Amino acid sequence: MKTDIILAGVGGQGILSIAAGIGLAAVKSNLHIKQAEVHGMSQRGGDVQSHLRISDKPIASDLIPNGSAHLIISVEPMEGLRYLPFLRKDGWLVTNTVPFVNITDYPETEEVIKAVEAIPNHIALNADAMAKEAGSSRSSNIVMLGAASPFIDIPFEKLEDGIRELFGRKGNDVVDVNLKALRAGREFSMKNR
Amino acid sequence: MEKLLLLGDEALAQGAIDGGISGVYAYPGTPSTEIMEFVQHSKQAAELNIHRVWSANEKTAMEAAIGMSYAGKRAMVCFKHVGLNVAADAFINAAMTGVNGGLVVVSADDPSMHSSQNEQDSRFYAKFAMIPILEPTNQQEAYDMVYMAFELSERLNVPVMIRITTRLAHSRSGVVRKAVTPQNKLKLPTDPRQFVLLPAIARVNYKKLLNTIPVMESLAEKSTFNRLSLSNNKKLGIIAAGIAHNYLMENFPDGCPHSVLKISQYPVPSSLVNKLYDHCETLMVLEDGMPVIEEMVKGIINIGKPIHGRLDGTLPRDGELNPAIIAKAFNMEVYEGMPIPNVVRKRPPSLCTGCGHIDVYTALNEAIIDFGAGRVFADIGCYTLGALPPFNAINSCVDMGASITMAKGAADAGLVPSVAVIGDSTFTHSGMTGLLDAVNENSPITVIISDNSTTGMTGGQTSSAHGRILEICKGIGVHPDHIFVLTPLKKNHEENVRIMKQELAYQGVSVIIPQRECIQTFARRKKDEKKSSEE
Ligand SMILES: Cc1ncc(C[n+]2csc(CCOP(=O)(O)OP(=O)(O)O)c2C)c(N)n1
Ligand code: SF4
Repeated sequence: MKTDIILAGVGGQGILSIAAGIGLAAVKSNLHIKQAEVHGMSQRGGDVQSHLRISDKPIASDLIPNGSAHLIISVEPMEGLRYLPFLRKDGWLVTNTVPFVNITDYPETEEVIKAVEAIPNHIALNADAMAKEAGSSRSSNIVMLGAASPFIDIPFEKLEDGIRELFGRKGNDVVDVNLKALRAGREFSMKNR
Repeated sequence: MEKLLLLGDEALAQGAIDGGISGVYAYPGTPSTEIMEFVQHSKQAAELNIHRVWSANEKTAMEAAIGMSYAGKRAMVCFKHVGLNVAADAFINAAMTGVNGGLVVVSADDPSMHSSQNEQDSRFYAKFAMIPILEPTNQQEAYDMVYMAFELSERLNVPVMIRITTRLAHSRSGVVRKAVTPQNKLKLPTDPRQFVLLPAIARVNYKKLLNTIPVMESLAEKSTFNRLSLSNNKKLGIIAAGIAHNYLMENFPDGCPHSVLKISQYPVPSSLVNKLYDHCETLMVLEDGMPVIEEMVKGIINIGKPIHGRLDGTLPRDGELNPAIIAKAFNMEVYEGMPIPNVVRKRPPSLCTGCGHIDVYTALNEAIIDFGAGRVFADIGCYTLGALPPFNAINSCVDMGASITMAKGAADAGLVPSVAVIGDSTFTHSGMTGLLDAVNENSPITVIISDNSTTGMTGGQTSSAHGRILEICKGIGVHPDHIFVLTPLKKNHEENVRIMKQELAYQGVSVIIPQRECIQTFARRKKDEKKSSEE
């Protein structure tokens, strides 16, 4: 089993919290993992990505080769498109539809969404609204993790355990909200894939 | 033992703690910063009372580590590649003094310049100093290497370099720990003159160093980090150094059909290179960064078998390697995925909304109009982003501290007034000495020290200035009538512009200190305060 995932977003959007959730679940499932992160200059509001690789065999490269990612998870609709050269032919783009606008020439949202919809395998969801519905607008990244979960070769219970561990310190309420967010994202993808 | 999920940087930190260090000395710089940060957050390091305070710059860090080594204890120095330029004097001479306690220098290179001014390769420096290098391919090796590096340093009586590149520094994977080595006891060097580099002693030390090279090489030949596997297929032999070995193996998941020499411990083991050369018809050299090994193996003349790599265009001459680049070098087909749609725009890094540097540039841009463009020498930090629109406010960014000295040189040439823009951390790193030069000649320059009370660009580490910029400038001899502390806020804009205009017109050294905490550091501090008041 092997899943190569590109996480995409903008510096400050916290894509690494998604990576941490998957990472914990992978460790719990005794899988090998490599996760290349972007630190430094780009974190200052620039485009950031993380290469996350999970496998039952040892992993050689920290970087995912071109055209071979199984999945792009993007917390913002334009950023996922930036990494299409990494996506496999049968790979999936799972993206939040809420744009993060910190540049003056950000395109019209409809045009970005049109480009997303042109990708044969895509899941596009309003993770911000779904997070709010689950009880906390801050859980949109966890909604995204849930939406990506059907495409990741890790038992869903392990992801739930990961969430419990990630948020355990913050109390049961926070854990519950995030589990709800995770399940809502997953349900959306199951219905729309 | 349980597996920890660590960044390459963190694996180095944990390996050093478990390897018995008594101190880490460092100045922040991507991609090395997380090494010191990990030690600072480590409970184990606190219990062991390991030194873990940031130094003012890389040279002071290197020298303090030499001092700790002199006293018999194990010390580690960490910085980014350009930090090694700053530390170079101490670094090269540390090879001449030798060590007492083990001394490890971690230099983190940044091929492709993700967050740097250049992509220099630290291995040149180690070769220059004639010391061994360890170059890990993964997080476990990073841990294992630093763990053994102190012993290696003590055994060979030289500092040992660990070279890491951005990818490994910032990539996370499983690491298994070893038993914790106790720290060395305080112990003076057996030879009391070992660290006295007077010419007569230095000549003796130098001979000793030269005599150690064959020992270093034989250790590299036997090192388990280096591996030669000869294949029956004699067409091609590959030398793969450090992380390049990963990209090679990524392309051959069932094992590489060619002969491969993996190099992770230097000096380059020449006997292994010769064995590979004799066995194969052609060679290819894969290394991240500059063609260091390739140039050594090929020489200028390259008589003999063809040697491929960055120099003959088989691989790109610059930039970071990746699996696809190496696949192409082997003429393997690479599926390039889908093209990036036209709708995607560039998203460069930018100053945070509300950052004080923004108010500084807005005021400076207005104040300087009457004096003319092209006279603002900036420095390295978040404020370098003032080079981008909408500010377009600065004309240079070269190396840390260069703002003040370049402004002075330009003023010497007649570009009057010249302006320097520098941050508080960069000022204490290497701006103070330049200011002294300017004071000594009363150069007509205006120095703006944009003090946000932190080292912002690298993630908000404590700044050595500790809010004392004003006192430091007075101490250096700037006339108190020409030092101004401002608050860079919209509401003070008119007043700030007025002061800047006035000082730009002054024919001597003025210092303007806009002071307002970085909003990221501010937010983090408030969060920490809230957390500790709840506990
Ligand atoms: C010799 C050297 N060491 C370290 C760095 C990495 N570096 C770049 S900017 C910076 C921090 C600058 O802090 P400061 O001057 O206070 O400006 P701020 O980012 O806070 O605005 C550092 C450490 C470097 N580029 N060169
Ligand atoms: S991190 Fe701080 S100094 Fe840097 S741009 Fe943001 S607010 Fe300004």
